[in-house]
Amino acid sequence: MRLEQISVFLENKSGRIADVTAVLAQAGINIRALSLADTSDFGILRLIVDNTPKAEAALKKNQLTVGKTDVVAVEVEDQPGGLHRIMDILCKADINVEYMYACINPDTRDKAVMIFRFEELEAAARLLEKNGIGIIQGDRINTLLK
Amino acid sequence: MIFNIEYETMPREALESIQLRRLQATLERAYATVPFYRERLQAAGITPANIKTLEDLQAIPFTTKQDLRDNYPFGMFAVPMTNVVRIHASSGTTGQPTVVGYTARDIGTWAELMARSLSAGGATREDIIHNAYGYGLFTGGLGVHYGAEKLGASIIPVSGGNTKRQVIIMKDFGPTILTATPSYALHLAEVAIEMGVSFQNLKFKYGIFGAEPWSETMRREIENKLHLSAVDIYGLSEVIGPGVAIECHEAKKGLHIFEDHFIPEIIDPSTGKVLPYGETGELVFTSLTKEAFPVIRYRTRDISCLNPEPCICGRTHVRMQRVSGRTDDMLIIRGVNVFPSQIESVLMNVDEVEPHYQLLVDRKDNLDILTVRVEVGERLFSDEVKKLQSLEAKIEKDIKEYLGVSAKVKLVEPKTIARSEGKAVRVIDNRKI
Repeated sequence: MRLEQISVFLENKSGRIADVTAVLAQAGINIRALSLADTSDFGILRLIVDNTPKAEAALKKNQLTVGKTDVVAVEVEDQPGGLHRIMDILCKADINVEYMYACINPDTRDKAVMIFRFEELEAAARLLEKNGIGIIQGDRINTLLK
Repeated sequence: MIFNIEYETMPREALESIQLRRLQATLERAYATVPFYRERLQAAGITPANIKTLEDLQAIPFTTKQDLRDNYPFGMFAVPMTNVVRIHASSGTTGQPTVVGYTARDIGTWAELMARSLSAGGATREDIIHNAYGYGLFTGGLGVHYGAEKLGASIIPVSGGNTKRQVIIMKDFGPTILTATPSYALHLAEVAIEMGVSFQNLKFKYGIFGAEPWSETMRREIENKLHLSAVDIYGLSEVIGPGVAIECHEAKKGLHIFEDHFIPEIIDPSTGKVLPYGETGELVFTSLTKEAFPVIRYRTRDISCLNPEPCICGRTHVRMQRVSGRTDDMLIIRGVNVFPSQIESVLMNVDEVEPHYQLLVDRKDNLDILTVRVEVGERLFSDEVKKLQSLEAKIEKDIKEYLGVSAKVKLVEPKTIARSEGKAVRVIDNRKI
């Protein structure tokens, strides 16, 4: 149910994202999904990759601050109202989304995948499953669809 | 104008005999009432009776800021608390402030010295003084205030901050003397211009600026922008507050130290040896008239030199050169003393922070801007923006509460703070003073 996400601290200055992508490219890491949160001073780059331990080691070797967080990959119907159905379930259960972003779907074309960061991951994932929402196993996102 | 002609223009010989008499009395009192001084003198094998000439002072051990901290808060007071009518404090290196006390007579002495200082800077009882030094534990505001009242001038106790209101007061009340930190004076000028108020149309004649280092270049800039004649004032709370030394507006060439109340010495900061007139070293003061908080050979950490030449203003008191630096790493930010170690102890109280930080000091629009760069290690890092931002805000709040100075905290990547020979460069001071 859990999916491991890597986050990287970056100062808000030109060339820093390129530095990270260079490290990942050199280590042969494939990026499955990413999102960048930015402020005027700093940014947080969040990544789902095909080989988390290897990516983490490569980034740390290059003196970047790396964090790991569990997130949930949720299947979303690729049609109007698809995302809203999920948000509605979460809203009614009073579950707060810390942040979310889109991901490629390793299996089908009729479903999109959203990555969710919840404060209470287990409760949120169980609730979604109970409501018939598909949760993608972490290892599938990480390793499949090469 | 010379406020106290008798003492300020006293022939050296007479002045020195007063100094010796007062020194002996101070030593006797400190020896009898302050355990710290008694133990120090005993350890050096000296009693007050051994001090027969002014040169004998050189045998007495120094007092340091650490000694004052060790006796926090009232251990150095030489009178019972019932006789203390005022307490001031300044920041110390570990966040523990240095506490000083005053008897009613000390307050009177201080007012006399500040009245002399304001006079030397050009003020008379006809003047209106706009006092933009902060009022509070800091000695600047109240020091000027009592001096102005003693002089008989009219004082506007405007204190620091709320700059726009200050400009309106300057416009409407027509003050003729400005007292402020030099950087705040320049900031006032800029805000006035933004508000469409020209200093040319204000009534200022003289300005008395201090509590932070400044330079001849800054003096010219202040005089041009504020259309007044600017002098430097020196003091520190441990010695009495502002009013230890003042430049006369006639010469503007060094600050007269009020030698009937203090004995200045210049020492080699590494050996402690007293240096002759004209040589540059660390300023050391001994108070001669203070009751509640006498200081004996107090090391200021300020670097200066002494000039005994007669001055065109008629004062016979020796002049110290404008302070050119410090023997320690103390920074003065908008008039507030800041030691890097204080910032460090604030950071160390935040669990997640590692001891990799750097202080960046800039001067923007003539105001000092302190930026604290903190490296983001794994323990501090979060994937959520709000957590990092609230951490920044927490550190900023702690620094403000602990040190009384506003700082901007900036999170930076690991290893971005330059390390020279393995030692981090803790302070980058970009101010061009």
